[in-house]
Amino acid sequence: MTGRLSPRFTTPLLALLVLGLFLLPWIAGRYPVYLAMQILILAVFSLGFNLLFGYTGLLSFGQAGFFAVGAYGSAKILLAVPNLILGIAGGVAAAGVAAFLLGILSVRHTRIYFSMLTLAFGMMIYSLAWKWRDFTGGDDGLVGVPRAPIDIPGLLSISVAAQDRYYYVVLVLSLLAIAAMYRLVRSPLGLTLQAIRDSEIRTEFAGVPVRKYRLVAFTIAGVYAGLAGALLAPLENTVTPPIAHWTMSAEPVLATLIGGIHTFGGPIVGAFLFFVIKDIIVRYTEYWLIWFGVIVVALVMGFPSGIMSIFAQRPK
Amino acid sequence: MTELLRIERAAKRFGEFVAVDGVTLTLPAGRLTAIIGPNGAGKTTLINLVTGAFLPDSGVMHFKSEAITHLAAHQRVHRGLSRSFQIINIFARLSVLENILIPVLSRRRRTAVSFHVAQRETDAIAEARQILREIGLGGKENVPAGALSHGDQRLLELGIAVGPAPELCFLDEPSSGLTPVERSTVLELIRKFSAERRTTFVIVEHDMDVVFSLADWIVVMNRGQVLAEGPPAEIRENRAVREVYLGEDL
Repeated sequence: MTGRLSPRFTTPLLALLVLGLFLLPWIAGRYPVYLAMQILILAVFSLGFNLLFGYTGLLSFGQAGFFAVGAYGSAKILLAVPNLILGIAGGVAAAGVAAFLLGILSVRHTRIYFSMLTLAFGMMIYSLAWKWRDFTGGDDGLVGVPRAPIDIPGLLSISVAAQDRYYYVVLVLSLLAIAAMYRLVRSPLGLTLQAIRDSEIRTEFAGVPVRKYRLVAFTIAGVYAGLAGALLAPLENTVTPPIAHWTMSAEPVLATLIGGIHTFGGPIVGAFLFFVIKDIIVRYTEYWLIWFGVIVVALVMGFPSGIMSIFAQRPK
Repeated sequence: MTELLRIERAAKRFGEFVAVDGVTLTLPAGRLTAIIGPNGAGKTTLINLVTGAFLPDSGVMHFKSEAITHLAAHQRVHRGLSRSFQIINIFARLSVLENILIPVLSRRRRTAVSFHVAQRETDAIAEARQILREIGLGGKENVPAGALSHGDQRLLELGIAVGPAPELCFLDEPSSGLTPVERSTVLELIRKFSAERRTTFVIVEHDMDVVFSLADWIVVMNRGQVLAEGPPAEIRENRAVREVYLGEDL
């Protein structure tokens, strides 16, 4: 792909950024650390979404469904078995299975039909969260989700109940997810997904079973949404149905559009801007969504390819 | 000559319109065939049936004696069938090299690899670079394909079509929209690939100069049926063909 930053510029910048993130609890108060976790979780969520949208050409409006499956899955396990590894792994696995099963039906279609199907499936999960009271707690949700210790019986048990400690769990898992996605999009599989985005017919006639590859991308995006949801549940100590609503699906869409769909870092930068802009506006008005919308429109009109396009190299 | 493709009574209709009407055709290996006919004769639909873009309403197709009638398009590519498109169909945002790399990786069953970067697929990259050199785009491998000129995009599409190393390759109007110089380059490449890569080409063309200078065998279609087939000299003298092309100099 075109639009890559020079490694001479990015490598030291990224090293500084990662160092800064690891030092954050030492140099900042509770709120910036909490905000950083929200940003990291949205960044992971958005990266998965952009694998579908920016790399494969499939616009999903239902990713919040998998986010919620991850969050509820993690919460249910943590409420039953206080082990953070099990909780997060279970949430991710549940979201991956849900994405795979719904993906089988969704990836048979493309363009608006795919988008509408994913919206419908996402809202079905939202309805389940409301109505399946015995499992989800209905409108009360699941409360008291613990930040359980990282526990490997007989080997180690690390408490992460304090926010600063849980921050490192979110940070390490997010960085691992970002690194894995970076490797994936630059691999032959990532290249093939980009080919599908450019021309699914040409890709099929190059010998690629396009529908299977779309299902792979959809499942991976679901896993990323699930990881984001699974990390959120212990952070907020509660999970409620609105996290499955389509407006939640809009968050990775907005973050990705703000940051840029054709650069790897776009969704991460977009997630940062999403929370920073929102955080600034809510200090001045309760009608933050209106002003947020105005700013997003201005950003998208000013930078149609996202903020990261400023740094993109021009094609030679 | 060894039989490569056999089409028996293939038919396809779209509503009331009969696009292909009981076509029976045999294509041997090594013979460069041109399919000609007026607009709506069913040429492109026939290619779509053979390459798997559409399933036929009736009829059967065998490629190297294997029934391929119900195989998916990508499965036919792995059997040795490839194609280009009437309207240029390339990966516009990918680089020129990456455009060729996709079919090469596909043939090597490497498209699902996710544990290392694509740049480490050195054998596939070397093969893709070789194809780029052959089609004359070796100096433009990092250019986004969408930024190429129309002529270069046609060349690139030819490169993508030969990327899977096909035994049988259908080219749908390969010289469409090209300048005379570009057209002769494409024709030369088809001859070269035909001889050196042992690919059997079937071209669909409207330009009779291209058809008669390139083809060993010509199939004439009209109203979804095969009107005539034979060597160029025979087709040129065929009265029925002349009537279909009334006013055109064959």
